[in-house]
Amino acid sequence: MTPRQRIASVAIAGAILIVVLELVRRRTLRIEYSWLWIAAVAGILALVLAYPVTLAITQWIGAVSSTTTIFIFAFVFLILICIHFSVKISELANQVKKLGQELALLRAEREEREEKAERGERGRVEDR
Amino acid sequence: MSRRVLIVIPVFNEAGYLGPVLRGLRRHAPGLDVLVVDDGSDDQSAAIAREEGALLVQHAYNAGYGVAIQTGLKYALRSGYRFALTFDGDGQHEPACVHALLGVCVSGRADLVIGSRYLPRGDSLPAAPYRGPLLRRLGSRFFGFLAGLFLGKKLTDPTSGFLAMNERAMRLYTADQFPDTYPDADAIVLAHRAGLRIEEIPVVMYPSPKGKRSMHGGALRPLRYVFDMLLSLGMIALRRGGEEE
Repeated sequence: MTPRQRIASVAIAGAILIVVLELVRRRTLRIEYSWLWIAAVAGILALVLAYPVTLAITQWIGAVSSTTTIFIFAFVFLILICIHFSVKISELANQVKKLGQELALLRAEREEREEKAERGERGRVEDR
Repeated sequence: MSRRVLIVIPVFNEAGYLGPVLRGLRRHAPGLDVLVVDDGSDDQSAAIAREEGALLVQHAYNAGYGVAIQTGLKYALRSGYRFALTFDGDGQHEPACVHALLGVCVSGRADLVIGSRYLPRGDSLPAAPYRGPLLRRLGSRFFGFLAGLFLGKKLTDPTSGFLAMNERAMRLYTADQFPDTYPDADAIVLAHRAGLRIEEIPVVMYPSPKGKRSMHGGALRPLRYVFDMLLSLGMIALRRGGEEE
């Protein structure tokens, strides 16, 4: 890895970190979802700064160059983050379903109660 | 029996068929409470249900057939009904068969009773030659065979939405693990694994009204259905029995 490639990788990691922290500061991104991106930044920095480790991994996985290793890690990370968000979306879909059902049942309950009260009121008026 | 039974009808834009269905139920099953679950319709389905004197629960958005069934069963449990029957709102199910289904359930012979359009019918039922399109029949046979492997007995109509159930089955159908995307063979297998007694009896069904969008219709939906159902059945097979209840 050339020094220029290293500088570019560190700069990209730094930029991602700044964007993520800024989103958390503005409350656009919840803290619980920021750790994944911060972990990604830490991963990039580790691969760039601990270069002998990157070289060893490159040799072990049979990649041509260390930049390929970084790309592979980025790709794996993106797949993991997609799975994570699929899980979250499934959770949210279940929650929305339950809320929708609860809302429908409560609305029906309220309407039935109002109807009963109205009928009772009408009965009282007729009795008078 | 009347105060203990709720007929649940999930509807989505079925204003054109709902009136006759509700009147048919009133004629053949007088005194039974009928709940229409309007699954986010943008037509007059809810107004018709009100006009015909049915109970009504309205989803704020279209959540799907399985979720609508589940909402109806949740309503039944909360209101203290001991038995529920699910019935289509488009006129596919014959209201004269309601008592036959309920009878098996109320007698305690089964927890979940499936109305099958493929079982040979007795003479007392009205004649109706409808057995569904070829693709559906093949799908029913295939998933019936798969479900039969779990159940240890033949299942002829796993896609039937004409079901009667007791409180125990209602609790399972309203649980979180209920497969609400396509509650067919997988829901039946789930019920079997939870220890519910399941029985199939013959019923009469009619063709889906022309122009109605079916849950299994379209070009890609059947493929999606087969994939989802196989995956769902596979997952149920992988889970331990205790995880189902």
